Amino acid sequence: MKYLKQFAVILTISLLGELLHFRLPLPIPASIYGLVLMLLSLRFGLVKPEQVRETGMFLVDILAVLFVPPAVRLLTVWDVLRPKALAYAAITLVSTVLVMAAAGKATQRALGKTGGDHE
Amino acid sequence: MNEVWNDSLFFGAALTLLAYGAGLFVQSRFRLAVCNPLLLAIVFVMAFLTATDTDYETYEAGAKYLSYLLTPATVCLAIPLYEKLQLLRKNWKAVLAGVLSGVLTSLLTVLAGSLLFGLSKRDYITLLPKSVTTAIGMGVSEELGGYASLTVAAIIVTGIFGNLIAEPVFRLFRIQEPVARGVALGTSSHAMGTAKAMQLGETEGAMSSLSLAVAGLLTVIGASVFAQFY
Repeated sequence: MKYLKQFAVILTISLLGELLHFRLPLPIPASIYGLVLMLLSLRFGLVKPEQVRETGMFLVDILAVLFVPPAVRLLTVWDVLRPKALAYAAITLVSTVLVMAAAGKATQRALGKTGGDHE
Repeated sequence: MNEVWNDSLFFGAALTLLAYGAGLFVQSRFRLAVCNPLLLAIVFVMAFLTATDTDYETYEAGAKYLSYLLTPATVCLAIPLYEKLQLLRKNWKAVLAGVLSGVLTSLLTVLAGSLLFGLSKRDYITLLPKSVTTAIGMGVSEELGGYASLTVAAIIVTGIFGNLIAEPVFRLFRIQEPVARGVALGTSSHAMGTAKAMQLGETEGAMSSLSLAVAGLLTVIGASVFAQFY
């Protein structure tokens, strides 16, 4: 019954996240409300880690696979995208490299460690 | 040919898992960054559907049960995050500095790129939230008047690409700290990047899931401001 109980806790928090998403007029998805609710519940002892851990880690483990179906949907918007695909792709790709570098570098600098020290 | 699985409820989900399994297999044989199992699985499924002339709807009839788990799985990112809460308490300033720099870089590069390519305001708004998790990005795009479906496409391409280039970018820019790697992935490529961060390590994964939430919230504000600039 352990896995079933854990899944029940996880689905209940997902449900609460969804209700917040329906009620509050912000473009914040149910999953982010749920993530914050789960974190607060764990932090304040409403939910104990052993009440969610195994099932939760299973779900985290399969997260990458869950993105396959929405990505395959690209097939259906291809016709709309085609005329501007080049500009979209160039901006997206260059921007992603720069964002990753900026976020990583800024964090590392603020941690007080520069990359070179470790080599 | 596809009549065989046209009415199948399990076709979509089975195809997805088999494609991901094939992706993992290819990755284990060729240690190249392009052999990313997520990217390979997407390509395999697309190729299979195209080759067998199967509609996306047929695929989705089964695959939607996997998508259904996206919300609970994202909620569960809080569990490794909770277990690393000490780490966050120690580093929250650095995490915030990183996410903030990343979000600003994202908005500024989209602004610069849109001007460079002479895109319409609507295209510009469509791309503004490309680095954040699908549900937030789609909501922001809709709210501000972008093409929501194209935002989703841009978000997914960002996620796949972030997943793919993480290790080369970390080498090139000498980002070695697990906390910094997590922040970089979560801020630049949302939950798909976080899936990658989870594979790199627990600290990377926890920081990435935190960053994806913070970056999403900051982008809601940042994109609304940046939408006025065009």
